[in-house]
Amino acid sequence: MLTFLGNRLLQLIPTLFFVSLIIFCLQQLLPGDPALVMAGEERDPEVIAQIRRQYRLDQPLPVQYVYWVKGVVTGDLGESMRIKVPVRDLILEKLPVTVQLATMAIVIALVIGVGAGIISAVKKGTLWDYAANVLALWGISTPNFWLGIMLIFLFSVKLGWLPASGFVHLSQDWRASLAATIMPAFVLGNAIAAVLMRHTRSAMLAVLDSDYVRTARAKGLRERTVILKHAMRNALTPVITLAALELGTLLSGAVLTEQIFSIPGFGKLIVDSVFNRDYAVVQGVVLVTATTYLALNLLADVAYILVNPRLRG
Amino acid sequence: MDAAAVGSVAFDVAEHVETPTRRALRRLRNRQGAMLGLVVIVAFILLALLAPLVAPYDPAAQSWAAVRKPPSALHWLGTDEVGRDILARIIFGARASLLAGVISIVIAISVGVPAGLAAGFLGGFLDGLVSRITDAMLACPFLILAIALAAFLGPSLGNAMIAIGVTTTPIFVRLTRGQVMAVKVEDYVEAARAIGNPRWRIAIVHILPNILPALLVQATLSIATAIIAEASLSFLGLGQQPPAPSWGSMLNSAQRFLSTAPWMAVWPGLAIFLTVLSFNLLGDGLRDALDPRAR
Amino acid sequence: MKTIAAVATFCTVFLAGAACAQSTLRIGLAEDPDILDPTLARTYVGRIVFASFCDKLFDIDEKLNVVPQLALSHETSADGKEVVIKLRPGVKFHDGEPLDAAAAKYSLERHLTMQGSFRKPEIAALDRVEVVDARTVRLVLKTPYSPLIAQLTDRSGMMVSPKAATAAGDRFGLHPVCAGPYKFVQRVPQDRIVVEKFSDYWDKDNVHIDRIVYLPIVDATVRLANLKSGGLDLFERALATDIKEIRSDSKLKLSTALELGYQGIDINVDNGPAARNPLGSSAEVRQALSLAIDRDALNAVVFNGEFVPGNQWVSPEHPYYQKSFPVPKRDVEKAKALIREAGASTPFDVDFMVPKGEETQAVAEVIQAMAAEAGINMKIRVTEFATSLKQAEAGEYQAYLLAWSGRTDPDGNLYIFHKCRAPQDYPGYCNAGADRLLDEGRLVSDFSKRKAIYEQLTKIILADDPKLYLYHRRVLIAHTTRLEGYKQMPDGLVRVVGLRLK
Repeated sequence: MLTFLGNRLLQLIPTLFFVSLIIFCLQQLLPGDPALVMAGEERDPEVIAQIRRQYRLDQPLPVQYVYWVKGVVTGDLGESMRIKVPVRDLILEKLPVTVQLATMAIVIALVIGVGAGIISAVKKGTLWDYAANVLALWGISTPNFWLGIMLIFLFSVKLGWLPASGFVHLSQDWRASLAATIMPAFVLGNAIAAVLMRHTRSAMLAVLDSDYVRTARAKGLRERTVILKHAMRNALTPVITLAALELGTLLSGAVLTEQIFSIPGFGKLIVDSVFNRDYAVVQGVVLVTATTYLALNLLADVAYILVNPRLRG
Repeated sequence: MDAAAVGSVAFDVAEHVETPTRRALRRLRNRQGAMLGLVVIVAFILLALLAPLVAPYDPAAQSWAAVRKPPSALHWLGTDEVGRDILARIIFGARASLLAGVISIVIAISVGVPAGLAAGFLGGFLDGLVSRITDAMLACPFLILAIALAAFLGPSLGNAMIAIGVTTTPIFVRLTRGQVMAVKVEDYVEAARAIGNPRWRIAIVHILPNILPALLVQATLSIATAIIAEASLSFLGLGQQPPAPSWGSMLNSAQRFLSTAPWMAVWPGLAIFLTVLSFNLLGDGLRDALDPRAR
Repeated sequence: MKTIAAVATFCTVFLAGAACAQSTLRIGLAEDPDILDPTLARTYVGRIVFASFCDKLFDIDEKLNVVPQLALSHETSADGKEVVIKLRPGVKFHDGEPLDAAAAKYSLERHLTMQGSFRKPEIAALDRVEVVDARTVRLVLKTPYSPLIAQLTDRSGMMVSPKAATAAGDRFGLHPVCAGPYKFVQRVPQDRIVVEKFSDYWDKDNVHIDRIVYLPIVDATVRLANLKSGGLDLFERALATDIKEIRSDSKLKLSTALELGYQGIDINVDNGPAARNPLGSSAEVRQALSLAIDRDALNAVVFNGEFVPGNQWVSPEHPYYQKSFPVPKRDVEKAKALIREAGASTPFDVDFMVPKGEETQAVAEVIQAMAAEAGINMKIRVTEFATSLKQAEAGEYQAYLLAWSGRTDPDGNLYIFHKCRAPQDYPGYCNAGADRLLDEGRLVSDFSKRKAIYEQLTKIILADDPKLYLYHRRVLIAHTTRLEGYKQMPDGLVRVVGLRLK
């Protein structure tokens, strides 16, 4: 186990190196000049030149990359060209927002996805099966920006039950916070529910067919006990690890959903910074979220191995 | 029993043995959801192919007197913000969406499968390199990579397809590699190696056919995601250029007319939903049909 | 938003009385502003936020006349090279420091000399600032510059506290200290900007609302949804196509003013190899394009007729509009004839770069259809903002749909666009006669003299057509009827003095 862990940790280093390369190069290849974007409507050439000097935009790419990496290693992720706030501060500010949204989304995804998956597996071939299927698939069959707009229209404008946009911290007012995040969390969770449903369903089907479930049935236990106590516990383990991976993706920020609902999380920050060519922000945030994703990946794998041997026994 | 009788029994048995393909097709046919999905997909493909014959109007023909008209006998699905017929644009838009879905996945497969084969089969440093790059790509937010690529290549449907294809490649690399690792320890592969087959031959003739089912399932499901990704890119202005229609850009224009002209939003949304749902149902059906464990 | 509700609840439960009835005005912005430092700021939305906490030397009224704000009067010398400004007495900055001549001198010099200052090109004519007495400054110019006072009604005229600005340097924008009716409290990037009533404001009797929260919401549809559902009290940049809905809602009100800017098409006439096409190389073909476009129909189709067609850099209702050059009506036959005369063979393609925006695509598509009837094929290329800037500057386009937010002084809508190789001369237009007139216009302050100069300029520019002026938007601000006293000015800013929230 320790060697496994050690190996995987070592692998993180080249992976993160490639992440940094990908993001760095991709941004620099983007057409458009950050200095020009920054330069205001009048576009005075002197000011543009000064911006280029200040942010080292006039240096060759490899030099800029080295400066950036040097900063990262010492904990300095640079600052936003647009509002002059250090990237580290921006990340810390937006972290609770993204974490809250991601957690709510995963909870919703688990409820819908696992629920639908169990029903679909247990009632395989019946109408319940298809209904559960469509319900869960609905989530990934609709573009989430679309679903978001429709929900705002229905629940905010027509019914007035929920606020149309914005974010309130859980600590400030938990009721308002839930009201503001329930729609975006639903939009995000919906899509993941389908993935979870699929895996729950196949895991349940495999487990329902297995020896010990057959034994439990033969012993005369009620079907509900069989499902809830024996089948589910074993089927859900791979699903939980999958949920952890999806959480990792969610923590990278939900680009379009945050845009529609004006949620100040990582997704909105990244995409706005891409369009504003605010390089440091994109690089810093993606590096942090990619690291989180890879870490969660690692944890999921470890958890899977830890749990598995007991299962086999 | 005499020899002729034994022979005829053997012949009977042979006739009723089912090949794996036949078994898969039979199981697929039994899954109604998948069949429904297939029917819808074929319908959309036909619509896309026969668009010029089927569409009632030119999708780019503007009619400034008939701006944002609700559905009527003249325009079955209504008109959009510059007076174009929405039904015609949905039909022609099917081309963009289906093309985007299929071509991006073709790109992803053409790059991802060979890479995964090489990595899984050859192992060593190549495997390490490919795996790390794949991990790195999967760790970056998919839509950001797609946006950056599409912006770099320039806004157009073709470039959006390339962007989506490139960002979907890691999934196929990982899938292929995983399947190859599982399959390469099987007996028939060992046997093939033992008789002296060159590695490339083993990869293409022995390994590839056995991982096709998993690839097929993933391809179908990825087409679904690709269609949504194209809609997202068009929504952001990075896909199909106007006036050529695309369901995603139709949604983009429809957004600000939700309360005044909701039909502009409903039809493209519905079209995307039906198409993507169908691909998902088909993919799930394929997975069930090809699953060796199921009855 | 709901935090205020929480505070209010806290107030009514634990502390009773009028002291706790905080009124909050929630304003929806179309984007998140950039840095809140008047010297370093560059966005249009930033100016909206500045209007609440950073007063300027002068302001404008709805007729575009210069009115006092932090300064009471200005007097230009006969040779135009000196301007004496008298400041308002008794004005304090948010940190208690007084606004005196030394502070005014500091602020102006900061705009002029600070590294990275975006105000430099705006007041480049300023040579130095002299303190005459505690209430008076003298601005000494290098050359006469009539747009100067107009510049002082915008960011270049914003006064900052010398103490705070010296201490913070270029981080001043993270916690700005100015002399406006509200003082800066908090900013969460991409989420909100909060300002609070300044108890020592020079006009404090006219400030009735306790707090203002600015909320950037990118989507115009969502901004409206918020207003309708009570999440906002006011928002900027409503869509023209939403006007009917806003007007029919009895709880909402629409305040409008015709903008100072314009919307048009830049034609690449001499900016690189892309200019070598029938449109770029022939003024007659450009005039043909202008005639092929039906400005009234464009307005009707895309904006429900709410905006105003135009053909000059100021709107037909602006005092500087030249009535001798009216907005042309569509004439496809004449357009075709002009193209034939120019010797171009139709149809020919034009690379039409269109920056991404909520309404730009529809505008481009309508123009495309109109131009096609004259044989001009505009090939639309929707480009995101940053890329379009770069390509416009580099001349990698043939036609470019653009918008200019407008400046109080007409020179602000002219000089940097039409002067040869000026920063926004994307067409690459160079005309010696035009250059001379542009420079002359800056030296003269008298209205009729200037208008006469610009009349000659209009003749040249409309003949060469490097820029097709198409229409002028209305500033559309939607707000709840509970907000009283709101008046819209043409510069699009949301002025917060004199407002009441019922």
